[in-house]
Amino acid sequence: MNFLSLFVLIPLVMLLGLWLAKGVKAVRGVMVVGSTALLALATYLTIDFLAQRAAGNNAEMLYQAAFTWFEPLKISYRVGVDGISVAMLLLSAIIVFTGTFASWRLNPNLKDYFLWFTLLSMGVFGFFISIDMFMMFMFYEIALIPMYLLIGVWGSGQKEYAAMKLTLMLMGGSAFLMIGIFGIFYGAGAETMNILDIANHTGGAHPIEFAQQCIWFPLTFIGFGVLGALFPFHTWSPDGHASAPTAVSMLHAGVLMKLGGYGCFRIAIFLMPEAANELNWIFLILTGISVVYGAMSACVQTDLKYINAYSSVSHCGLVLFGILMLTTTSTVGAILQMLSHGLMTALFFALIGMIYGRTHTRDVNKMTGLMQIMPFLSVCFVIAGLANLGLPGLSGFVAEMSIFVGSFQNADTFHRVLTITATCSIVVAAVYILRMVGRMLYGVCTDEHHKKLTDATWEERFAVICLIISIAGIGLAPAWISNLISDSVAPIIESVKSVGPLISSCNPFM
Amino acid sequence: MNITIEHFLLLSALMLGAGMYGFFTRRNTLAILISIELILNAADLNFAAFNRLCDTAGLEGYLFTLFSIAISAAETAIAIAVMINIYRMLKSNLVDELDNLKW
Amino acid sequence: MFSYTLFIILLPLVSFLILGIAGKWLSHKTAGWIGTLSLAAVAALSYYAAYEYFFVVGRDALTGAFERQVPFDFTWLPFFDQGLHFNMGILLDPISVMMLIVISTVSLMVHIYSFGYMKGERGFQRYYAFLSLFTMSMLGLVVATNIFQMYLFWELVGVSSYLLIGFYYTLPAAIAASKKAFIVTRFADLFFLIGILIYGFYTGSFGFVFDTPEGLQSYASAGFILPLALTLMFIGGAGKSAMFPLHIWLPDAMEGPTPVSALIHAATMVVAGVFQVARLFPLWVTYAQDWMPVIIWVGVFTAFYAAAVACAQSDIKRVLAFSTISQIAFMMVALGVCTELQTGHEHHGSVGYMASMFHLFTHAMFKACLFLGAGCIIHAVHSNEMAAMGGLRKYLPITHITFLISCLAISGIPFFSGFSSKDEIITACMSYSPAVGWIMTGIAAMTAFYMFRLYYGIFWGTENKELHAAHHPHETKIMTMPLIVLSIITVGVGVYTTLAGFGMFEGYSFGSLISADNIDYRIHFDMSVASCSTVIAIISIALATYIFKGEKQPVAEKMKAALPNLHRWAYKRFYMDEVYQFVTHKIIFARVSKPIAWFDRHVIDGFFNFLAWGTNAASNGIKGLQSGRVQQYAFVYLVGTILLILLLMLF
Repeated sequence: MNFLSLFVLIPLVMLLGLWLAKGVKAVRGVMVVGSTALLALATYLTIDFLAQRAAGNNAEMLYQAAFTWFEPLKISYRVGVDGISVAMLLLSAIIVFTGTFASWRLNPNLKDYFLWFTLLSMGVFGFFISIDMFMMFMFYEIALIPMYLLIGVWGSGQKEYAAMKLTLMLMGGSAFLMIGIFGIFYGAGAETMNILDIANHTGGAHPIEFAQQCIWFPLTFIGFGVLGALFPFHTWSPDGHASAPTAVSMLHAGVLMKLGGYGCFRIAIFLMPEAANELNWIFLILTGISVVYGAMSACVQTDLKYINAYSSVSHCGLVLFGILMLTTTSTVGAILQMLSHGLMTALFFALIGMIYGRTHTRDVNKMTGLMQIMPFLSVCFVIAGLANLGLPGLSGFVAEMSIFVGSFQNADTFHRVLTITATCSIVVAAVYILRMVGRMLYGVCTDEHHKKLTDATWEERFAVICLIISIAGIGLAPAWISNLISDSVAPIIESVKSVGPLISSCNPFM
Repeated sequence: MNITIEHFLLLSALMLGAGMYGFFTRRNTLAILISIELILNAADLNFAAFNRLCDTAGLEGYLFTLFSIAISAAETAIAIAVMINIYRMLKSNLVDELDNLKW
Repeated sequence: MFSYTLFIILLPLVSFLILGIAGKWLSHKTAGWIGTLSLAAVAALSYYAAYEYFFVVGRDALTGAFERQVPFDFTWLPFFDQGLHFNMGILLDPISVMMLIVISTVSLMVHIYSFGYMKGERGFQRYYAFLSLFTMSMLGLVVATNIFQMYLFWELVGVSSYLLIGFYYTLPAAIAASKKAFIVTRFADLFFLIGILIYGFYTGSFGFVFDTPEGLQSYASAGFILPLALTLMFIGGAGKSAMFPLHIWLPDAMEGPTPVSALIHAATMVVAGVFQVARLFPLWVTYAQDWMPVIIWVGVFTAFYAAAVACAQSDIKRVLAFSTISQIAFMMVALGVCTELQTGHEHHGSVGYMASMFHLFTHAMFKACLFLGAGCIIHAVHSNEMAAMGGLRKYLPITHITFLISCLAISGIPFFSGFSSKDEIITACMSYSPAVGWIMTGIAAMTAFYMFRLYYGIFWGTENKELHAAHHPHETKIMTMPLIVLSIITVGVGVYTTLAGFGMFEGYSFGSLISADNIDYRIHFDMSVASCSTVIAIISIALATYIFKGEKQPVAEKMKAALPNLHRWAYKRFYMDEVYQFVTHKIIFARVSKPIAWFDRHVIDGFFNFLAWGTNAASNGIKGLQSGRVQQYAFVYLVGTILLILLLMLF
């Protein structure tokens, strides 16, 4: 038994425990114990992984284990992690842990809510530990479905519409993905679903023909890109986030959207390097648009969650942008951006949820002077805002700078123009963040109802502080995590680059 | 006047036509049921007539007719029971109003 | 040897963390003491570092120059291409050591002063926390070992400036001003960042200096690239240093507490741009000589523009803000006119660098003194408007004297520090081009004029007697002490350098410590320039005295009446804010963001909703086929059968 499987087993045990639990206290107890165990496991994994790497274990994936699940399609349950997955698992564990505390007092049906919540996190963990394409797809679907219920039942506003829209769009994406995955499977000789085998042409897999790659690459990229808020498939994000309950927004923006970026890198680019070199220009343009477009849209929104959702579009656009630039630095930056965006968006959504839970409005124009009424939440909100606009010392800066420096390594005009366009987003980010902070927190509170509100409760403080510490941790000492990721990214990018020049022959802009 | 097989066939064709017309056009379930009975009886009449006029030695036609009459009696009983229940619940037995389980 | 310099940065950081996290459980007094004591320690360490750097380690025996010292340098964030890496460290060289002294001195003065100024304010602990944060960032900026570290702290000073301008977060004006300051400087920083990216890519390093021949070759082969990178970085510096047209945030930044204006928006942060150009100066001179006129003319125009606006403002902090802009522009011009690195008396081309740094130093002291004085005045009369003042010399004697000293210094009167530095700037300009020299002399005359307009408006002129009777303006010791210290520095430096400059004695002067190539340079005034500018300054002061000193000011009224448009334009700062307002709100928000948001909601979202609607409509359209009506099915069945039979019969 491989200890990576604990990432799936613990949520399963939690599900059982939740099912048996009677009363709110027992439910909370199960959740706290379970999510703490997951966090501890992720921390242990990180430390052990670093120790193994330091001891010279240079295997591409560590802690591999496998057993066959469905022979005719060569599907097996196969797990293994590299630096990227370790970082993602740590992120997911932190978000699940803090998400538990952020939904402490949710009403009604706390038990059912946590059941779905746990199922969702199981999907997420399973996705990150899998190295079998079909398993990844399956866990991806497991993570998607609970979303519908979580938003549809516990959401607010136009929740049915949003839940349906989100689910349909993501399902549409996974339809593309499914075709792509089977395309890759058959393209590589229908012998294995193992990602490593397909990438290294071992285990019976042969290289996928270029013409085929050019079909499966866009399909898989769009399939995962929908989840990564790729323009123009991002519109589920504002509505979905706006309607979702706090912890679901956290988990969704914090972790689920990262599945998109991770999948794009792990499947689309890793398995189809030629097509990645050839076709990345199309997606670079789309992500470039995402980055600026999301930021610009955020400037004129008035709903807090819409502002943050559009800012997520911009930041997740930067993730895909960094990956597509195909340099080690930019890809490491992109993974860092996933981490950083995961943490800071989770923080943002947590705070927005907490403020919304008190004021019952998310309209920035209807709130003023909250700083005097809930100083703790407001100060944390300012910190989250500053992290979002890339303040040094917090995680956003590190990630953005890596992406920009890495992107700038592509010395042709096309990539340069896009990079410079993307850097503009840091100014626009400042505009929408400061606008929001200025309107909502500063000034004098005029609303009689708001004046009676209270500041954060202990579990809210705890969740928020955990997130802030993680953000500052990455922001202040980025080298270790950056090295952890680059260990795994560098060989992949090397191999992708080695198959062809980055100058695409079909790019009309070059 | 000598009665030939054509007369029986003509009558059963008329009954079939009337039954089918009724089946397609009536909205009342009871009327539809009557139409179905007409169609069935048209077939029964043919069986009986062919047995009587073409195959005088055998009895299959008569037997089949009797069997069919028994089946249709049972079917009518069930159908009328369903109709009465529907009527009690919905105060209607017009087919185009019975769409509560649709779409 | 310099390992203790790490504490110069760590101490304020620790004090920021303590005050920021535990602030609300601390009393005002404790919080203030924590901040002030850590700053006092920083100041002591900085002085000691300066002493050790200049006098213990001293000059390199071979070259006769002060060598760079790098006590710390480690990779903070590795990049994985081209061997690039983001380092953090401490670099000591003459200008960074000088900046350490300037920052820690002014910051310490401000910390002490704030005890009085901020007494009893809500958020006192927060105020000190932000001051510590700012000081840490600014110190980190000046000791940066590479351009990226500079950028990192550059952003941090930006954000601490944002937080401090918005300290009174319940006032709409302060909120708007803080937002504006941050966004405008952030916009400029975008260019800085792009400049850094270009620089890093083409030189393969983010360091300031390239000792390896390969590095130098890649510079030379890069053609216009390096000048472009430097110019982009200069735009970043221009944003932070409030050069036209990116100056608009600085006057509004005066909404912050006055000690903050003194520290951030007069003495330290706003000179970061000058410091950045000076830091990159070897590159400018060696590779981008042809682009240096950009610096000069931006500087000249800004100096003139700001001086013109300062003549018409009525808010005393605004006058000082515009005067700051103008003086920083002087420093920029001085850097721009510096055409060579070699120091020596036959090389007048290198005077500008020294003059710029010298002016930075003296300006920081006297401008901080002016701002803190203004703080005393505002504290006393509870207004920023000159109309509320007049005749205050009776009530605020110490403030009056120190303010006068600083005014004389900024006007360039001999034996005050501003004279020596400004004179060197004008000398440098004259040797570059007489036109620039004369323009700068003219602007110096305007400086003297508006500063004395301010001085007379506050301390002489028409007294607002009712208001003063109500408020009893007075000054407190804790607030006047920093004024005295700063004006002593101003006078002391002034007397010393003036005497040395006129050749009264041979000894260390500013140029001995800081010059373009770190080699001893003894300042000797160019007599014609010195006398000329002194005479002009005195004439301007006399003019201001004639116009503004009296109880009644007929000349001033007449001038206003004679040139109503000019006065109004200058008072409205030539409508630059309105231009920006128009661009951001009417063009970017209304013409870009709104349409994008609309496009997203209606076109893209509309498309997906249309897909959903289309699917729905299609299924509605065909659902009639599955009606569930047996009669219908049977009829279709019958028709189908008949058709089939017909088909079979016909074919």
